Amino acid sequence: MSAGWPLLSLLIWLPIVGGIVVLWLGERRQLMAKTAALLFAVLNFYLCIPLYCDFNNTTAAMQFVERYPWIESFNIYYHLGIDGIALPLIILTVLMTVLVVVAGWEVIQKNVAQYMAAFLIMEGLMIGVFAALDSILFYIFFEAMLIPMFIIIGIWGGANRVYATLKFFLYTFLGSVLMLVALIYMYSRSGGLDGGSFAILDFHYLQLSGVEQFWIFLAFLLAFGVKVPMWPVHTWLPDAHVEAPTGGSVILAAITLKIGGYGFLRFALPITPDASAQLVGWVIALSLIAVVYIGFVALAQRDMKKLIAYSSIAHMGFVTLGLFVAFAVATNNIADASQTALLGLQGAMVQMVSHGFVSAAMFLCVGVLYDRMHSREISDYGGVINTMPVFAAFMVLFSMANAGLPGTSGFVGEFMVILASFQANFWYAFLAATTLILGAAYTLWLLKRVLFGEIANERVGALQDIDRREFGVLGLLALGVIALGVWPQPLLDVMQPSVEQLVTHMLAGKL
Amino acid sequence: MLSMEKIYLAIALSPLAGSLIAGLFCRRLPRAAAHWVTIIGVGIAFGLSVLVLHDVLINKAPVYNQTLYTWAAVGSLVFEIGFLIDGLTAVMITVVTGVSLLVHIYTIGYMHDDPGYNRFFSYISLFTFAMLMLVMSNNFLQLFFGWEAVGLVSYLLIGFWFKRPTAIFANMKAFIVNRVGDFGFLLGIAAIAYYFGSMDYAAVFRQVPDLAGQNIMLFDGVQWSLITVICTLLFIGAMGKSAQVPLHVWLPDSMEGPTPISALIHAATMVTAGVFMVARMSPLFEYSEAALSFVLLIGAATAFFMGLIGIVQNDIKRVVAYSTLSQLGYMTVALGVSAYSVAIFHLMTHAFFKALLFLAAGSVIIGMHHEQDMRKMGGLRKFMPVTYWTCLIGSLALIGFPGFSGFYSKDLLIEAVHYSTIPGAGIAYWAVLSGVFVTALYSFRMLFIAFHGKPRFDQHTREHLHESPWVVTAPLILLAIPSVIIGGLSVELLLFGDYFNSSITVLPEHNVIAPLRDMYHGPFNFILHALGGPAIYLAAAGVFAAWYLYWKNPGLPDTFRQRLQWLYQVLLRKYGFDEFYQFVFAGGSKRLANRLWRTGDVLLVDGLIVNGSAKMVGFCSRIIRHLQTGYLFHYAFAMIIGLLALLSWVVWR
Repeated sequence: MSAGWPLLSLLIWLPIVGGIVVLWLGERRQLMAKTAALLFAVLNFYLCIPLYCDFNNTTAAMQFVERYPWIESFNIYYHLGIDGIALPLIILTVLMTVLVVVAGWEVIQKNVAQYMAAFLIMEGLMIGVFAALDSILFYIFFEAMLIPMFIIIGIWGGANRVYATLKFFLYTFLGSVLMLVALIYMYSRSGGLDGGSFAILDFHYLQLSGVEQFWIFLAFLLAFGVKVPMWPVHTWLPDAHVEAPTGGSVILAAITLKIGGYGFLRFALPITPDASAQLVGWVIALSLIAVVYIGFVALAQRDMKKLIAYSSIAHMGFVTLGLFVAFAVATNNIADASQTALLGLQGAMVQMVSHGFVSAAMFLCVGVLYDRMHSREISDYGGVINTMPVFAAFMVLFSMANAGLPGTSGFVGEFMVILASFQANFWYAFLAATTLILGAAYTLWLLKRVLFGEIANERVGALQDIDRREFGVLGLLALGVIALGVWPQPLLDVMQPSVEQLVTHMLAGKL
Repeated sequence: MLSMEKIYLAIALSPLAGSLIAGLFCRRLPRAAAHWVTIIGVGIAFGLSVLVLHDVLINKAPVYNQTLYTWAAVGSLVFEIGFLIDGLTAVMITVVTGVSLLVHIYTIGYMHDDPGYNRFFSYISLFTFAMLMLVMSNNFLQLFFGWEAVGLVSYLLIGFWFKRPTAIFANMKAFIVNRVGDFGFLLGIAAIAYYFGSMDYAAVFRQVPDLAGQNIMLFDGVQWSLITVICTLLFIGAMGKSAQVPLHVWLPDSMEGPTPISALIHAATMVTAGVFMVARMSPLFEYSEAALSFVLLIGAATAFFMGLIGIVQNDIKRVVAYSTLSQLGYMTVALGVSAYSVAIFHLMTHAFFKALLFLAAGSVIIGMHHEQDMRKMGGLRKFMPVTYWTCLIGSLALIGFPGFSGFYSKDLLIEAVHYSTIPGAGIAYWAVLSGVFVTALYSFRMLFIAFHGKPRFDQHTREHLHESPWVVTAPLILLAIPSVIIGGLSVELLLFGDYFNSSITVLPEHNVIAPLRDMYHGPFNFILHALGGPAIYLAAAGVFAAWYLYWKNPGLPDTFRQRLQWLYQVLLRKYGFDEFYQFVFAGGSKRLANRLWRTGDVLLVDGLIVNGSAKMVGFCSRIIRHLQTGYLFHYAFAMIIGLLALLSWVVWR
């Protein structure tokens, strides 16, 4: 049905065009602008159906490929295509945008049209990041994405938003500039002006020496490590989350963090496998610090959003751990290493998708409370369950998913990564598994202080339970969280060939 | 005739269906509908479980081991959801659904006035589902699923009265302490996935003899047997779930939950999951004497020391709770001496009489208008005869009165320890033997204080004091019957036949059942044989001591208390575990968390590096700004100096 349609281009440009339309409709035609935004978001969601149905999950090759010359003198192409690694993340992006538009429907009072437009444009750019196969195209989407997020936090953010936006922008920008240097270096290594290539897939097979790989890897580590974020370049995230409006936090946690993980999968692992193997100890150390240290730091938070932001960092620690842990298995045993790599990579991917659902849901829950009480301080709450029982049920469910309870999506990825790290080293698994205790401690303590107990003050006593709109948003996420937890195999099926090919490629090395 | 597969599926899913209906529509559904739909769900599960038990026990049905669906497949590792139905499972599902059904009925009376009525029914049905998935599992993944799911429902139910500060503290404590156990459990599962390459019980157990000799190194230079490491890790999980010292601290606090769930979850079923798990893993544990020894000692410590605390408790539910801890210790001791079948046998008899004791305590609590302090009771025998008699039966079963079900399980357990050669069995034997005296003492202390003597409650309570309604007393009676007879009826079938052969593996050198089998010649003979052993006299001495102290001379305990103040304080403080954990772990991690956040994130990363570099840039620019004065002669002067410097460099080079 959709054969011949440039589906990926549509997915990228439709929301961007939509964003412009919404801006044009403007603040005076607010309802129309909002409706148009919802329409575009839902339309994009419908576009995902042929994308998913026509996706062939028996091959690792790129699909839905579009390739047109763009800047011919530098061999830069408008080159799109997806494999099993990009597809789940694109679907996640599209879904989250719909939820964000619905969640902001009544809540945003100031400049609604601009708010919606920013998210639509953001959506297009993020899909662009996941679909780009030309590294310059990727880089442009990657950087352009900062602008709408900068605006979202800067305009609809909290009191301290200027500090947060600057920190967010400088952190991520500093990281990615070095990546551009690395990309240009590889272009010149592949031939430069005499037939050199910016294609990501060509980079995968570019022969690079150990030293070259080392420096390129460091550039990637910085660029994507900031995005993930890895310890110690993580401190922009709590500030950005705290100041961002609910929708901004949702997109930030659910999608933009995933771009870091995706970058490692698409660039660092296949392009610099030997450097990855060489530096694996460092990456694992940073990941485990993220799990253990950040787990403790989350325990000390008094601001709900900060707590969830820190828990995001801890959960993303599992992603980087899963991605790299296979390199820590003795390299003489290729069978063992590839089993570890499969577990680790699949686990990291599942963890990313699951974290998309769970962190989005947690931030939406905080948003629901914030819209009513205009406070994020844990100590302002207590006994919310008395006045908002339906909301409390949702929040308990998502908190359990956050604590990695089996049967929810939060368990699947962590479980696989712990299994994978056990194969590398008992103590890696030991430290990673402390999340079972730490995650439960900070999440349940939050629940205890916010939801349970007697009604803490009159304002809690006057709370209204969630309405239909909020119920719909949280209900949809709840279904996703449980479905993925009870049966993750369909997601694994989509990714399997691509992940297997990546594993073979990265374990073979380039030297 | 239904195919067995569908029956197994129906057993697991019908409580889930009931729970979902009652839970999702809990605000719209009338109360009667909520309890009927869940009772029917569990009722179906119970009926079918009996059918399955009959099929396995009488028809000797072959072991059923099938996969339902593939949860996930990664490389060569396949995670599946499936059922294993053998003798062990058949006993467990019957006990679980049976007790659950009675607790459901009892709840109608106990929770009669509670605003969370429908929610409560939804939770206990959900618990039943989770427990069934746990015991019916044929693989480690699903075991962990059920394991954590019962923990979740336990969390929800302990905190059921979410306005009580003590309840919401207790449920968080329970979950986190359990998570400490699960931490070990998950590492054990990860070890199995790595070394055995499978999650399936059968596939793993097949490989055990081959891997028995393998050693691994966790610390440099220290070789540990692989099986010992795995078994110890798995058993840490059991220590959490089955509340063994030192992870027992959550169970007494869990009494903050409504009494029906104390009976169902924190006495009869969930807390025995650890015992079940070790029995299920017998092919693994058999190959590690060190792990068995560890199990044995932990169990013995729990059995003896937790029983002692029971003597000084005044809350009627807490007495029963410490008794549960102690009895779980007994079961664990049985596991440690490789008498897995005896552990399961004691698990079964205990499920009945301990559920009975809890429900009887609950009946007292209803009658006393939610007063749980035994010092404010007394003389209840006249007011609540059914509760009294059933409670007496439960207590007799618990202390091992000859012929009652607890007598068979406990006496055989003690004999099994006696015959064992596992290191530590000698100490354990003394622990379980003196435990018998302690058990009898605290059980009859409770009985005498609450039901005998002069009433110590006020006039108002007395006017409203009456026997509980039939929905409460009927489950008591229905539990009292198996508490008396189930032991004598099933002991030969379960222990001395080949019933557990397909599920439990015992190496010949660990076999303590064989001498028991030689000794055993029918129930009556066994009673006679017991008269020659010490246990029965210790129990009698315990009852006598309780009678003398708490009935004959009620002033005497006070004298003892004053004389042995230090011992009394130690017991009353529960050996200080709570204070220690609260200070070191709960408080310590909070302090550490604050310290890390303040110095790590706020001071070092943000203060020094992020904002520091920004300040650095600002500082430099402030200095450099001075150079840009805007006067032309300043710039000209600078240019001349620069030119001079350049020239001199060129010349002097």
